[in-house]
Amino acid sequence: MTTALSTSLSLLGPELILAGGGVLLLMIGVFSGERRANRLVTGLSVAVLVAALLWMWFFGRDGVAFGGAIVQDAFSRFMKSLALIGSAVTLFMSVGFAKDERFDKFEFPVLIVLCTLGMMLMITANDMLGLYLGLELQSLAIYVLAAFNRDSLRSTEAGLKYFVLGALSSGMLLYGISLVYGYTGHTGFNEIAAALTGSERQLGLVFGLVFVLAGLAFKISAVPFHMWTPDVYEGAPTPITAFMAAGPKMAAMALTVRVTMEAFAPIAPDWQQIIVFISIASMLLGSFAAIGQRNIKRLMAYSSIGHMGFALVGLAANSETGVRGVVLYMTIYLAMTLGTFAVILAMRRKQGNVENIDDLAGLSTTHPLMALVLTIMMFSLAGIPPLAGFWAKWYVFLAAINSGLYALSVIGVLASVVGAYYYLRLIKIMWFDEPVGSFVPVAGELRLVLGVSAAFTLLYVLIGGPLGNMAQAAAKSFF
Amino acid sequence: MLTGIEAAFFYLFAFVAVASAFMVIAAKNPVHSVLFLILTFFNAAGLFLLTGAEFLAMILLVVYVGAVAVLFLFVVMMLDVDFAALKSGSLQYAPIGALVGIVLAAELIVVAGGYAFAPELAANATMPTPDLAVRSNTAALGDILYTHYVHYFQIAGLILLVAMIGAIVLTLRHKPNVRRQSVAAQVARTPATAIEIKKVETGKGI
Repeated sequence: MTTALSTSLSLLGPELILAGGGVLLLMIGVFSGERRANRLVTGLSVAVLVAALLWMWFFGRDGVAFGGAIVQDAFSRFMKSLALIGSAVTLFMSVGFAKDERFDKFEFPVLIVLCTLGMMLMITANDMLGLYLGLELQSLAIYVLAAFNRDSLRSTEAGLKYFVLGALSSGMLLYGISLVYGYTGHTGFNEIAAALTGSERQLGLVFGLVFVLAGLAFKISAVPFHMWTPDVYEGAPTPITAFMAAGPKMAAMALTVRVTMEAFAPIAPDWQQIIVFISIASMLLGSFAAIGQRNIKRLMAYSSIGHMGFALVGLAANSETGVRGVVLYMTIYLAMTLGTFAVILAMRRKQGNVENIDDLAGLSTTHPLMALVLTIMMFSLAGIPPLAGFWAKWYVFLAAINSGLYALSVIGVLASVVGAYYYLRLIKIMWFDEPVGSFVPVAGELRLVLGVSAAFTLLYVLIGGPLGNMAQAAAKSFF
Repeated sequence: MLTGIEAAFFYLFAFVAVASAFMVIAAKNPVHSVLFLILTFFNAAGLFLLTGAEFLAMILLVVYVGAVAVLFLFVVMMLDVDFAALKSGSLQYAPIGALVGIVLAAELIVVAGGYAFAPELAANATMPTPDLAVRSNTAALGDILYTHYVHYFQIAGLILLVAMIGAIVLTLRHKPNVRRQSVAAQVARTPATAIEIKKVETGKGI
């Protein structure tokens, strides 16, 4: 049962790099003096994240470590790559913003590294204990990050709100885990699945399942556990909002997929109902509630709620193509989110950053390139072919139709039509409204992110094949 | 059954624990209440020791006396609350308190009684407690905590690290006009740098 410690540790290469790197960077930050600390530590943090990514790609092995507590497979490698890329890119984007808005403390990159470690542990978790600890490590770092700009009332409010609601969701998750443990006698995912196969399904276990999924739905901000999202997205400093939209979503979605596909695979009809409901509710709320938004960060919050609903459509299909759809959806969503937030970070006037949608008016005349990128992002988020966002929706709806979930697919397509309205409204404001003053020139790091994400979104048709194969391999982990 | 010196100690600890627990709610001064609470913890730790649960006894002292009770003490001393006024009507809650106590006692009896009715349940534990003669509690916990659960143990450590970083980031403020003590600079002072000699002319002052 227990594998040798060295074998277990060798499977944990990327996590060890992040843990060791995070602690080391803390020391470097403390001893390198106030002025240089942030730049230095931010650069090194990106290096640590990239090192973990490269290690995983070149030396990563599959296997089970610590007596089944951790599993490394194609799925976890894929999702961890997304999480690492999301964290590294947001950190890279934050440099200029942190300096301008005066919260350039070195703890910021360190917390992001430790938060990423939490995400990696969530994705590899193969046990309820590991799930909870990884989730808590990730969330605790985000609570602090959300309140990071402590002189801003809104940032503090966002942190506190997220903290209180997060504690509530942790409580629900733990209650669910305890019920599942009580009815199966195990915390390991494989053991839970083994205990569930063949035996009659008990009502208490379903309660446990509901609570566990409620806790996870909170983390991916799916309806009806989405209440925190708009306020926290709006209040938190913009790089942190970008980080919350990019990294933790990947980890929480991966965790949801693993819990449902592995631990609760034998009672699939039960969790499918829940996922279908959450998915429909998220898609509808994400589409309708975003219409009235004036603040672009709030808009992105509702957009992310909606997109999580679309991604869950693939999970509801409970098939290999479904999981492949979820994985690809998250990949494409990551690229679109990073691109959009790069634009939001670039919305900067001489007096400071602005966040209102009306501030984008006439962007096409003042910053044509930025307007073009944001237009690509918005078309892609709306799901217009041949951009990446269209293919993301295509994969999940195809999987849902193959599994016979016609009602879900129809509602999803209708919701995406409604959603297209507010994305197109943004485009209309950019191209057809009178300019209201221009932004300062876009920083170099943001240009790079804008270019890469726009290229990915535009040219997805070309790279979709190899990426699809990788996603297929990732989905095979469960079947 | 306890006999001899063990019995004597049991009754000593038990009596002092109950008496000091009563004093916690009876004491007029809240600081005395907290001190009696610490005494209760000490005696409970003694009771744990008598049953062979030395790890619980240690944890009780380290966590509850070392951290929680000290925190209480700080709060009681720092907050300006009129505890006497707060307590004046507390006797009217006695029936509800008694009810809660009875329910708690009943539940404890049910839990402990379960093992009396079905002794085979104890065998269901995935990791049964080893016999005290073979391995002490602390060592037995360490056996699994540092092998089987070492991974979780380390993550828990990282979570605490994040909590610490968070607390510092969100609360520490570097005030610009605070004059900190610099011991090295103080020690390095010599009469030449520290004093100035002036000639004072008679009847004029400085």
